[in-house]
Amino acid sequence: MTKTRASGRTVGGLRTLALQAPAVTLLLLWMIVPLGMTLWFSFQRYNLLMPGMTGFAGLENYEYLLTDPALWAAMGNTLLLVGWVLAITVVGGTLLAVLFQQEFAGRGIARVLAISPFFVMPTVSALVWKNMMMHPSNGVLAWLAESIGLPAVDWFSSLPLTSIVIIVAWQWLPFALLILLTAMQSLDEDQVEAARMDGAGPIAIFFFITLPHLKRAISVVIMIEMIFLLTIFAEIFVTTSGGPGLATTNLAYLIYIRALLDFDVGTASAGGVIAIILANIVAIFLVRMVAKNLED
Amino acid sequence: MTTLSSKTAAPRSVSGWRSPQAKRAFLTILGWSVALVIFFPIFWMILTGFKTESAAIADPTLIFSPTLESYQEVQERSGYARFALNSVAVAFGSTFLALLIAIPSAYAMAFLPTKRTKGTLLWMLSTKMLPSVGVLVPIYLIFRDVGLLDTRTGLIIVYTLMNLPIVVWMLYTFFKDMPKDILEAGRMDGASTLQEVMFLLLPLTLPGIASTGLLSVILSWNEAFWSLNLTTSNAAPLTAYIASFSSPEGLFWAKLSAASTMAIAPILILGWMTQKQMVRGLTFGAVK
Repeated sequence: MTKTRASGRTVGGLRTLALQAPAVTLLLLWMIVPLGMTLWFSFQRYNLLMPGMTGFAGLENYEYLLTDPALWAAMGNTLLLVGWVLAITVVGGTLLAVLFQQEFAGRGIARVLAISPFFVMPTVSALVWKNMMMHPSNGVLAWLAESIGLPAVDWFSSLPLTSIVIIVAWQWLPFALLILLTAMQSLDEDQVEAARMDGAGPIAIFFFITLPHLKRAISVVIMIEMIFLLTIFAEIFVTTSGGPGLATTNLAYLIYIRALLDFDVGTASAGGVIAIILANIVAIFLVRMVAKNLED
Repeated sequence: MTTLSSKTAAPRSVSGWRSPQAKRAFLTILGWSVALVIFFPIFWMILTGFKTESAAIADPTLIFSPTLESYQEVQERSGYARFALNSVAVAFGSTFLALLIAIPSAYAMAFLPTKRTKGTLLWMLSTKMLPSVGVLVPIYLIFRDVGLLDTRTGLIIVYTLMNLPIVVWMLYTFFKDMPKDILEAGRMDGASTLQEVMFLLLPLTLPGIASTGLLSVILSWNEAFWSLNLTTSNAAPLTAYIASFSSPEGLFWAKLSAASTMAIAPILILGWMTQKQMVRGLTFGAVK
């Protein structure tokens, strides 16, 4: 196959280059320029409120950031947010995928309803949950709690991070469901039937056939969600603004505060570098997986 | 003996595990309950949009006299249409640009592959994994200096670049699925590359291109990091407009709901229509 093409390769190579030039150049610029600037700023003294103070800062910004308790609070919140949302969406998504794979009346419509939250813009989902669902006196959850005789929870004051987790999980559960449901469709029904004939119960089938089959899709869900969840922003912006105190400030929100509220470009950039490193650790695994898939 | 063995075997056999009808009824109830619980906030939002402000904060009830008051007020008082227009311009503008840049690139990858094709493709995907917040500072400063802050053009540029990797990727998978013989035949008949693309490739892969475009529209429409940070009023799309309801002064749930319903309705419907292609684009083909 390569031999027959060999003659046209150099010409083809040139054409390939020309055709790809626009996309590659733009993406290269989009990546290199801001990345370089972030890196550069992170070593500079640069605060928009103090125009006189400039110059090379060495590791000052990093030192300042790494010794700032706010960073560690934000890192902790980021980890909790990512961890909890992942746990809820992956476990929930797997169970829901099994459920929605079964035959039942109106399954198509039920599936469509269940994946809907994924298509709702983040500012809408956050505000609908904050107000109509979680409002301490007029929200639906408060009404439900009171109607069964429980005290209403003031979600955003007493459980701020949990509230954010619930909102974000509600948005991403449908994503996990959608991906895992697609993966379910390639499950070999004959194998399931054979296992059933051999006397395997539904639980055994789930653990020994379904789950191994979904392994790969589950890891894809985990990695993609991690990349997006590391930098959750809008949901925090419209509900808690990172508060009370720093209770719901994650890394993305801390960088936003440093950059656009404190105008401290240097420190914000150092934070940006940390966020990029964290995301890249996940991205390496994801790219490797996609690459493997390209080969088959 | 026979009764004993049939007894132990019975619960395990397919038909004996309770009646299939009972199982189906149970699954129907369970499946629908789960779906309705997940969908409930959206349903409640749609309902609240048709209430008056005082009915919106009253005890939850399904019985009320529906009104279009909030819909009117959202338009009259805050100019909903202006923000919707920004969303449309930004989502479709960036999608059009992304397709324009991505089609030649995907064509080259699918039909003129070289040793580097795979590497280029993976590199493009990896740029998608760069967290936006990591480049917030430089983008903000560049936009400020060249006057792109709070402009539609600025957002269009960001969204085009943001979606470009996914668009190239999806187009590549659609182009690759196309039988090569057809293009070969066209070339035999003396079609130039441009003719080949215009009259053979594009018409034949139109469904794929359309769903790629839809995914890009959906992603741009719902994007809320850049829209909140790069726009203030002139170019603010719906994501940023809805965020303006977060101010703690007073509760305007009915208006929030009416505006939200209008903002998500088109994308919800597009999303329902393109579920399958969504999976293809969002997982970079890692899940089939």
